[in-house]
Amino acid sequence: MTLAAAPPEEAAAGAATPEFERAAARAESRRGFLIAGPAYLYLVVFFAVPLGIVFAYSFADRNRFGEAVFTDPGFDAYRRLAEPIVRDILFRSLWLALLTTGICLLIGYPFSYFLTTRSPRARNILLVFVMIPFWSNFLVRNYAWRVILGKDGIISRIADFLGLGEAEILFTPSAVVLGLVYGFLPFMILPLYASIERIESSLIEAGRDLYASGWQSFRRILFPLSKPGVIAGSILVFVPSLGAYVTPEILGGAKTTLLGSYIVTQFLTARNWPVGASLSFVLMAVMLVATIVYFRAGGRNL
Amino acid sequence: MTAVAGRPLPGASAVRLSGLARGFSLTRGALAANATLVYLFFYAPIALLVVFSFSADRNVGRWGGFTLSWYDDFIGNTSIQNAIWVSLRVALVSTVVSVVLGTLAAFAIERFRFRGRQAFDALLYLPIIIPDVTMAVMMLLFFSEFFDLINLLFGTDLRKGFASIAVSHIAFNISFVSVVVRARLAGMDRRLEEAAMDLYASRWKAFRHVTLPQIAPGVAGGALLALTLSLDDVVVTQFAAGPGATTLPVYVFGLIRRGVTPLINSVSVVMLVASIGLVLLSLFVQRSRSSAAVGPQGAVAGRSRRSS
Amino acid sequence: MTERVPAVRIAGITKRFGDVTAVDDIDLEIGDGEFFALLGPSGCGKTTTLRMIAGLDFPTMGSLKIFGDEVGTLPPNKRPVNTVFQAYALFPHMNVADNIAFGLKMQKVDRLERDRRVAEAVGLVQLGGMEGRRPNQLSGGQQQRVALARALVNRPKVLLLDEPLGALDLKLRQEMQLELKALQREVGITFVFVTHDQEEALTMSDRIAVMHEGRLLQTGAPEDIYQRPSNRFVADFIGRTNLLEGTVASAGEVVLSNGMRVQAASEHAFGAKVAVSLRPEQAFLHRRGGAPGGWPSIDGVLREVTYVGNALVHSVAVDWITIEVRAPHRSTETPLQVGDDVSVSWAPGGVTVVGD
Repeated sequence: MTLAAAPPEEAAAGAATPEFERAAARAESRRGFLIAGPAYLYLVVFFAVPLGIVFAYSFADRNRFGEAVFTDPGFDAYRRLAEPIVRDILFRSLWLALLTTGICLLIGYPFSYFLTTRSPRARNILLVFVMIPFWSNFLVRNYAWRVILGKDGIISRIADFLGLGEAEILFTPSAVVLGLVYGFLPFMILPLYASIERIESSLIEAGRDLYASGWQSFRRILFPLSKPGVIAGSILVFVPSLGAYVTPEILGGAKTTLLGSYIVTQFLTARNWPVGASLSFVLMAVMLVATIVYFRAGGRNL
Repeated sequence: MTAVAGRPLPGASAVRLSGLARGFSLTRGALAANATLVYLFFYAPIALLVVFSFSADRNVGRWGGFTLSWYDDFIGNTSIQNAIWVSLRVALVSTVVSVVLGTLAAFAIERFRFRGRQAFDALLYLPIIIPDVTMAVMMLLFFSEFFDLINLLFGTDLRKGFASIAVSHIAFNISFVSVVVRARLAGMDRRLEEAAMDLYASRWKAFRHVTLPQIAPGVAGGALLALTLSLDDVVVTQFAAGPGATTLPVYVFGLIRRGVTPLINSVSVVMLVASIGLVLLSLFVQRSRSSAAVGPQGAVAGRSRRSS
Repeated sequence: MTERVPAVRIAGITKRFGDVTAVDDIDLEIGDGEFFALLGPSGCGKTTTLRMIAGLDFPTMGSLKIFGDEVGTLPPNKRPVNTVFQAYALFPHMNVADNIAFGLKMQKVDRLERDRRVAEAVGLVQLGGMEGRRPNQLSGGQQQRVALARALVNRPKVLLLDEPLGALDLKLRQEMQLELKALQREVGITFVFVTHDQEEALTMSDRIAVMHEGRLLQTGAPEDIYQRPSNRFVADFIGRTNLLEGTVASAGEVVLSNGMRVQAASEHAFGAKVAVSLRPEQAFLHRRGGAPGGWPSIDGVLREVTYVGNALVHSVAVDWITIEVRAPHRSTETPLQVGDDVSVSWAPGGVTVVGD
């Protein structure tokens, strides 16, 4: 037998021992660590450390020039979040995010359901046409509304033509919600579609067979079964709406400052870093909670 | 209506129309109308933007005859050219680096048990779920402190610009790449790697000749995701950028805040076309490689921030 | 090598995964050129044993020698063995020829030699003309041949097969059983295969090792194991059998739980709880009282008759259990009816005594 394999040193190998097994496991662990190493190191230096710095700043106080200093660290910045100005902004952001989520759900649910009733081929094409705006440049898509809603824009000219007078909605909360819905509706549609699609149509047929009306079979069968999609979609819309910055900056006005813009202002103009840092942290906490809920609801692939 | 419509109609089971819509032409009509409106909602603004970018009227949103002059303006604008150049370089660098690091990270997490693995896993997820604004703030503080420190220590004159933007983009892109690649790795039969090693491949050769070709669609998908996210980002870039350099979206965002001009229309249309081109490319890649790894959910994952 | 060195020699091998002992101190010798089966239910440790021979898992302790060389601590790519994986694990991105050539490429066998050996292997498994196809364009049987060729082309000292026929349907499986056997004779190397299918093990192997809960229960030729199972588990797992519970009364006698005395030799101690194993095809059915003189028999009532094609399976309720009797068609002139009073008998020495 000509055997090319079997190197000569194999005779030198010893019998297996628990020590060897442990050493092998350690070597394996070391190898995994080394492979993860570059990304690990990168994220520690350029993500974890910056996060730590923000965290530290949220406990800083300010000297008389308004600079953040650490002479008397404490919860001052967090206490300031209860002040009326900040509280109003918090509530306004919450409200607009909730409103956006609700509208997306109302539009997105029937839409997603409609998709699932199409043939598989048609479904794929229809889905691609949801994906395209979803993936195209967000800034530009918001800008498009600025053009449409502007003074010379299509909407106001239609209103003018119909004799409705000045229908100025640009720079109002309505414009912001419109922009957010426009931006985030696909986040609602895709998980909803995924969860409705998984439901066996025979379940609904069984419901109908047992004398459920259309509404009843929706309420008792379809909706409960699609709940993971509803939760996932709602979180995926709510969370970015809450921290939105670009949309309110482009479509909102000075009177509709939202959380994102307020945080940015604290850093760029007001130069109140501790308050900005503490607000960033609150925002992140909301995200974390939402993420946990998302995973609990059976959401994968976040 | 209930009793009659509620019974399965004979022969209807052949049609895969589920129960809710069947029997209610009203419901079905409403559903179809809603879907039509949604598509109109998605595409009308984009279409209008494209149309008005060719309008000669200085007032954006008013038709004044066909012109290409705004595109001429755009081509002749050196600030925009610079911004495009920075955008492309940042996107390229951050994609290459994050694809390498993200793929290795995914491989390590999926295939090895090592000390600190769980902490690493959590750290990998954070950049995906953290709000844009928070990450932007992190980068601002980090670079101001970090560059101050370096400048103080070494007497250098580091400023925010190309490097700081690229560094911040890599910081979020690593995570997105690794999520996509991990999905692919998780779906891959581990016995393939074992078979390679059984057939005299070393660990590295098994990765190189078997694992890598198997996860290639995931890696390609991750790369396109990273490219898109990098080219789209406004908020983080705005805070990581400095006088040294700025990217196209940040530059355009600044222009928009100062007021709407026909120039922005033409730039926007170019950005839109470029990003739609990338989408179609990535859909094509996903499809041709028949990968089930990155479904709609996976895409949502990638998109879930980087866009607010 | 004047002395016949075993192809695989396993001594005191134990494998623990955390708190779970997957393989518990087994000793095993597999001869050169043997077709050897590791048989047992899922989770018995057979696959872990195979993986340890392949090098895909390291033993916690013990010695593992291949033709006299200790290999227990070598990685898989340094061992002179190759594996046919369960579900084959063919590389989906390579065509048949590239799949087969993979091992040779990794060993840096030069191109000419490689092409020659790949062609030879393709011929061996009769896959000529399929070289350019991708695995997903092949049938299950063809995939299996590719997996065989991919392993054999390396001329391993031992070929390992993990449930090699598990993915095939019944008819193809029976065909491949014979083909595998023929192939093994042709290449003349040791085959070690893992299976949970006792019929497959009996049909194909020269020797079988029966495993259960990490332990090696019995090793032997198929007929040894079938005829003389060493314990209750083996008797029950290999083929079908009726286990009649009882106690050893003397060296040649067991008292069944209904008080009946059965002549059966055993090495079990006096008073040991044992079972008398009666194979359904070694049991005979008669009308009550019709048993041949001198044959042990038990009375019962016929409860059910099942037609299984080549035989009739009778379920007979005796007072504490149901006994299965397998008989060829129409062995009795007047067919027995369900509800008839019957006797079940067996030839003296037709039973085996098994302990726990």
